[in-house]
Amino acid sequence: MTLQSRGRMATGAILLTTALALTACSSAGSEDKTPSAGSLTVWVDADRAAVLKDAAAEFTKESGVEVKLIQKDFADIQEQFIAQVPTGKGPDITIGAHDWLGNFVTNGVVAPVELGNKASEFQEVAVAAMSFDGVTYGVPYSIENIAMLRNTALAPSAPTSYDDMIAMGKAAGTEFPFIVQVGPESDPYHLYPFQTSFGAPVFGTNADGSYNADELTIGDAGGDEFATWLAAQGAEGNLNISLTGDLAKEKFNAGASPFFITGPWNVADAQAAGIDVAVDPIPAPGPNTAQPFVGVQGFYVSAKSENTLAASEFLTNYIATEEVQTALYEVGGRAPALTASFEAASSDPIVAGFGAVGATAVPMPNIPEMGSVWQYWGVTEAAIISGQADPVGLWQKMAADVQGAI
Amino acid sequence: MSIETPARTKRPSSDRKIGSTATGTKVLLVKIAALAIVDAISLYALFIVFAQRDWVVFGAILLVTIVVNVVYFSKRMLPAKYLVPGVIFLVVFQVFIIGYTAYIAFTNYGTGHNSTKQDAVAALIGSSQERVEDSPAYGLTVVESLGTYSFLVTDPDGDVSIGNENSPLAAVDNATIEGGKAVGVPGYNTLNFSQIVAAQQTIAALAVQISDDPNDGSLRTPDGSSAFVYRSNLLYDESAGTMTNTNTGVVYSDTGVGAFTASDGTELRPGWKIEIGFANFARAFGDESIRGPLFSVALWTFAFAFLSVATTFLLGLFLAVVFNDRRMRGRKVYRVMMILPYAFPAFLSALVWAGMLNRDFGFVNQVLFGGADIPWLTNEWLAKVSIILVNLWLGFPYMFLVCTGALQSIPEELQEAATMDGAKPWAVFRFIKMPLLLVSIAPLLISSFAFNFNNFNLIYMLTNGGPRDVAAGVNVGATDILISMVYKVAFVGAGRDYGLASAFSIIIFVLVGVIAAVSFRATKSLEELN
Repeated sequence: MTLQSRGRMATGAILLTTALALTACSSAGSEDKTPSAGSLTVWVDADRAAVLKDAAAEFTKESGVEVKLIQKDFADIQEQFIAQVPTGKGPDITIGAHDWLGNFVTNGVVAPVELGNKASEFQEVAVAAMSFDGVTYGVPYSIENIAMLRNTALAPSAPTSYDDMIAMGKAAGTEFPFIVQVGPESDPYHLYPFQTSFGAPVFGTNADGSYNADELTIGDAGGDEFATWLAAQGAEGNLNISLTGDLAKEKFNAGASPFFITGPWNVADAQAAGIDVAVDPIPAPGPNTAQPFVGVQGFYVSAKSENTLAASEFLTNYIATEEVQTALYEVGGRAPALTASFEAASSDPIVAGFGAVGATAVPMPNIPEMGSVWQYWGVTEAAIISGQADPVGLWQKMAADVQGAI
Repeated sequence: MSIETPARTKRPSSDRKIGSTATGTKVLLVKIAALAIVDAISLYALFIVFAQRDWVVFGAILLVTIVVNVVYFSKRMLPAKYLVPGVIFLVVFQVFIIGYTAYIAFTNYGTGHNSTKQDAVAALIGSSQERVEDSPAYGLTVVESLGTYSFLVTDPDGDVSIGNENSPLAAVDNATIEGGKAVGVPGYNTLNFSQIVAAQQTIAALAVQISDDPNDGSLRTPDGSSAFVYRSNLLYDESAGTMTNTNTGVVYSDTGVGAFTASDGTELRPGWKIEIGFANFARAFGDESIRGPLFSVALWTFAFAFLSVATTFLLGLFLAVVFNDRRMRGRKVYRVMMILPYAFPAFLSALVWAGMLNRDFGFVNQVLFGGADIPWLTNEWLAKVSIILVNLWLGFPYMFLVCTGALQSIPEELQEAATMDGAKPWAVFRFIKMPLLLVSIAPLLISSFAFNFNNFNLIYMLTNGGPRDVAAGVNVGATDILISMVYKVAFVGAGRDYGLASAFSIIIFVLVGVIAAVSFRATKSLEELN
């Protein structure tokens, strides 16, 4: 009897947890549900949450609309937003990167945002990045691009050309003349400035500056020149597929090279390692300017939001203000997308340096066809750098594969 | 000894009988309290789900609650009392997920097809609103009269006009102007921001024609305080179920592929989710990019899973036997050290190994091989060897643990008896210990095989399937196993194809299931030895 009733108690306890688990599911569901008129749900990553909290409080005070901030891991947002919006349980607004936009539009989960006359207050590249097929879908808050970090102790002045950089690097007597992360599957993002200097962008552009997926320009004559150059640099040891992102950073911070092609995210660690860094434009090995990709981050409105007016009001009249954009810059260190805030932030030479390179840069394509490019691009570059076969042949093969996949 | 036992137990048992009625009431009270809490929570959940009109979940919760109450209040159904909680968990966490995966395998769920047709239409219409180029921004005040909302707009020149859904903009001259913007007009109530927010769905959907000609465009407001002129370039004909592009005149119709399709085959995105029968399975076997590498990938998957199990088992068994010898000193210290790799998260270890095996900067080449350039992860065959070796490092502690446990459960007498009969140590191991060991270890070997068959983490973290032969033109590398190939086919590239991924999961599930079933049948012969 005792044994049996003890068993019953145990099962009772298990049962209780079952019920709790079940109701936890259902009540969590009800919290995620799009709230009734008069409240906004915003997905935001941990770094941005504190700033948004202040902006949200002010918005609530002035409009009476409650703002619920939900913290998410930035890397999970794209997937979850696409999965949850159709169920009606997604947020009204989410933070996001501009290259997610193609995926969002293809899945019909974002609503257009009318920036109106505010559009001219943002940096042009930021608004272009947040647009798809000529329609603007997001309010940008930051722009980010790579440039060249220079260890001023090893190289007191900026190189004038690519060859000059190599010569200066060799004269410095360090392990590498310059460092750029490559990795076993290469890193087309970090090598893109070199590629554009040979005049081989991935896609052609339309009149309005958006990318044209029907015009794949990666296999043009400039592409072949770039491939030949890659093979030569690989043979010389300037580019090495063993140099992954972690290693590249570690080596530069240890003083193993005067030059490091990277983004603002590695500046703080380099400075912490005691290196006095300056930011310079990326020297172009080819005839054209070396244009890196620009990454833009901003806020999107859900296509199924029932609070579109409140969401638009919050984004265009609160997030798009100098005060908030500057505050967002101060917590994340990413250059602000609003021109006024950017100019204020440019008193920092690092921001100004990256900004100068960013002014010549191009937005990373946000069209879904880009996905087909990435999967062939990197491995082909890696094969060329490690000298596996004829560089031009490999490059043309890649262009054909990409075209086939599109 | 055996005579004394009943006497010893007799007294307490009679004591317990007196206590048992008191305990019985207590237990009953606890049971009622527990069930009351369960029912209260279920009721609360039912209210919430009822409010959301989610009838499937409502039915499920109701059913579970009824079953739980019936089972625990009934005096009979003793087995059910033990089984019900487990069965509920099994259904929620296993059966439902497998069933749902199977359902997804028969749909086109993925990028561009992730919701209903209704949502797709709404999204298409929403994004087809193009702001008329060079059109001015209007200052807007939303006003209301007799339940009809109107736009009171001020153009950049200061001219004021009013209009609503049914009547295009018309000039107004008696409006109240504040700060260059009309804020009210006689006969209408001006809405403040919170009133606008309360009615925002109606107001956001409101389109006011700027002239009698609909082609001139309509005013819409994104935020309730300003209005812009938009023209739609897509027209949805609800009765015909077609979308028409008003710029080019192309008609897109629903041809049953889950998207509006033009006569030349171009599709409008987003489309919507439909059921497509066995098309995903047909693609899994028919698509050239999948069928081409499928054979070599499947072969490597089997080789990888088999070699992983074989190497880890042999090393684990060897160490277990060695450390089971009583003559060895400091066995406990060694055993703890042996288990260490098991204590690290596997994906972290894989990342660390990827760094150590780096050709030019890795610890292995730099320190162990004195600066050699051995391409551990970038040569097709060495990468395979590296994967097996790293998996050996990761996996042997588990085999070591289970073998040690099994060895210790084999009675010493058997070994003694065999030795007395003149058996050499190898014979003792081969004919006595090994068969006994396999009875308990064989099922674990099968589960280990199934685990390694789908060991995505290791492959993804160590080589990401590479090195890849760029000349082959498919996104599959030399060390890709089935599950990592599925990941690449379904999720890397232009879009995510959950339908295809689910179909593959089902295929792999069947494959592993069959292998496991056959192997388990084979292990029965081992048990017959006893």
